[in-house]
Amino acid sequence: MASRFPILCICLSPFSLSMFCVSVCQLMQRSCRQVTLLAAPSRYWSSIPVAPPSLQPRLLLFLSQRFHDIETILSWSSWFKNRGLRQKNFFYGYTQQNYGDNIAAAYYILSLKGGFRFAGQSEWFRSDRRGKFNWDFMNHRDTSIEEVDVSNTLINYTGLENLVKQRGLCTLSVSGCAEVDDWFLSRLHIFQDTLEELDISNCPRISVGGLAALQKLRGLRRLDVSSLPRLQNPGLVAILLEEMLPHCHVTAIGYDHSLIYSHTQTDG
Amino acid sequence: MSMWKGLHMTARAAHGIHVSLRFIHKHTRLCTLWSRNISTGRPVQNDFFKDLENQFKAFREKAADAMPGSDWTPFEKNRSLPPERADIVIVGGGVVGWSIAYWLKQKEMIRDGVRVLVVERDPTYSQASTVLSAGGIRQQFSLPENIHLSMISADFMRNINEHLSVLNEDPVDLQFNHSGYLFLASEKVAHIMEENYRTQRYAGAKVSLLSTTQLKEKCPWINTDGVVLASYGLENEGWFDPWMLLNAFRRKAISMGVYQCFGEVTGFRYTTNTMTTAEGDTVDFRRIKYANVQMPNSLEYQPVECAIVVNAAGAFSGKVAEMMGIGLGLKDTIAGIPLPVEPRKRFIYVVHCPNGPGLDTPFLVDYSGVYFRREGLGGNYIAGMSPEEEEEPETNNLEVDHQFFQKIWPHLAHRVPAFECLKVTSAWAGFYDYNTFDQNGIVGMHPLVNNMFFATGFSGHGLQHSPAVGRAMAELILDGGFKTLDLSAFSFKRIMTKEPMLERNIV
Repeated sequence: MASRFPILCICLSPFSLSMFCVSVCQLMQRSCRQVTLLAAPSRYWSSIPVAPPSLQPRLLLFLSQRFHDIETILSWSSWFKNRGLRQKNFFYGYTQQNYGDNIAAAYYILSLKGGFRFAGQSEWFRSDRRGKFNWDFMNHRDTSIEEVDVSNTLINYTGLENLVKQRGLCTLSVSGCAEVDDWFLSRLHIFQDTLEELDISNCPRISVGGLAALQKLRGLRRLDVSSLPRLQNPGLVAILLEEMLPHCHVTAIGYDHSLIYSHTQTDG
Repeated sequence: MSMWKGLHMTARAAHGIHVSLRFIHKHTRLCTLWSRNISTGRPVQNDFFKDLENQFKAFREKAADAMPGSDWTPFEKNRSLPPERADIVIVGGGVVGWSIAYWLKQKEMIRDGVRVLVVERDPTYSQASTVLSAGGIRQQFSLPENIHLSMISADFMRNINEHLSVLNEDPVDLQFNHSGYLFLASEKVAHIMEENYRTQRYAGAKVSLLSTTQLKEKCPWINTDGVVLASYGLENEGWFDPWMLLNAFRRKAISMGVYQCFGEVTGFRYTTNTMTTAEGDTVDFRRIKYANVQMPNSLEYQPVECAIVVNAAGAFSGKVAEMMGIGLGLKDTIAGIPLPVEPRKRFIYVVHCPNGPGLDTPFLVDYSGVYFRREGLGGNYIAGMSPEEEEEPETNNLEVDHQFFQKIWPHLAHRVPAFECLKVTSAWAGFYDYNTFDQNGIVGMHPLVNNMFFATGFSGHGLQHSPAVGRAMAELILDGGFKTLDLSAFSFKRIMTKEPMLERNIV
């Protein structure tokens, strides 16, 4: 168990110091509550073989188990991390109310540092790396958006709420987005009639359960599921997707289909 | 201190001598190859050094115990006993019990505000309904409370890592399949399906109705003979791994300080307050003071002094309620109304069909009562059916009746022609915590036992409602009433007044 781990490593060091540390640790252990973290079964949780954590997380865990203030500071840090994500994906209700749905969706995409194209036009509106963009899109209040490219952004399930009014969406690219998961895919049924091209390559959170949700997109013609790290059987999944969506062309590159088993650390 | 150092070094030196001796021994054996060693006894030297090492180890452990700060007590203490005092004792360590424990700790205002103890009878969870469940979640109910429970639970599962992640542990992966539920209705029950659709849409569930042609277009492998209407869940429906959810709740709750005990609650010690009604009848109000938790395979028990007991024992909640005398009073009194929850055995068969429907198979529920869903990617499906009232199997064991599959197969093959050639590879049985009164959950207090709360009787929906029910129970216990979702329609009162809250399923 993690709470006994530091005692073990101290026993290997010179003894006169170690006995003192052992007794101090045992004293501290009694003064705080018992925390059992089920360290042994943690291996069975992840389907990907996991390497033992490095020194810094272990030290932080050890400290957070001993001291309540470190535990609180760590929970604040995770809250701050989430706050950035939440702020990116706020619902642009005020913009929607005052400028209409299309402008709100456009503004949301540009603030995410993505790009889009209005229906009937050929130029793309994008924001550059520093977040600056051209405000010309404000002139097209009544045109809906046809193509959206939010690859490598922080879009997630709550952010999709800003795009649900764009019923004429034809192309969506969320390639490389770290926050796009299976629930995001299940919400894409809103665009089931019009969506023709979907690119979800390189999304680390997507698994087979989310790909099963793509069955509702009957209008899909091109689907890109390359390099999804959580797919265990990419070849089989590509075949099943082709069977599920007969009119759709499925691209699944970036996988190692070789039959040779690499001897990595596996537990099962 | 120096003696210690010396001790450790002698052990190491002894080990070194042991290794070198072993080498010499091997060497001598090699030299005597031509003179065969026919003795079968093990050489004494090996034993001696092994014993010496074990003795040193025992000495080190004893010395560590003698140091101040160790756990040693002169009395032999059984570490698996629960604590002597707990604020809330949750009887039953299934997904509902652990969900309540997590939410209680989540909602407590101050650190260590409530001491929660979860008592589970079976450490291996071999008979627990949670792990034997098919694991589906759907919003297609007819009661708005059930729809809201499912929607809240789906929201919880979507953000499960925000709620249940523990520092330095792997994130929770429920393996949620978003394939949706597909209900099929015949002509007789199509109107019920339409009414349910309206209720579901009003409550906010994303459901769509399909006509026969649309159904055939969507699922070409279905035989739409006899089907007039179909209802398909677009979002927040599918199935997941119940063991992962249970362990996620358990891990997080234990990390927040919930005590876990493997033992069986065999009785309660309570005080009785007798009051007389206006008509002169006496009513006994009971208050639980101690819950006796008996250790597995032992007569040893610990009376746990507690303030509140939550009955989340699932299929066995009726027995726990009987320990308090609920249902053992005179007929026609409130004390004579038992908790109407009893175990009902349900079978699930794993079948393999190579030409069956592919990745887009939803959780299909036919109007004949048969259901099946895809399992994995290899052409395996799990199927089951709720038996008729007269054909209920016995509940004293979890043996599977393989003949029952012969009743399921014709319906399956009729609905999906590809299932005409399938092979049953495996089967299992599990208990429903079946509410014989109206097949919906019982959530709330008992009128006569002042500190016993119920969260049971969900009749097969306990797993999908567990996060929401846990939160509702925590609000009821800590805040005194339901705050986010009003489940007062599921209270014990409806059993006393005999007003069932029936679910109008098409099945």
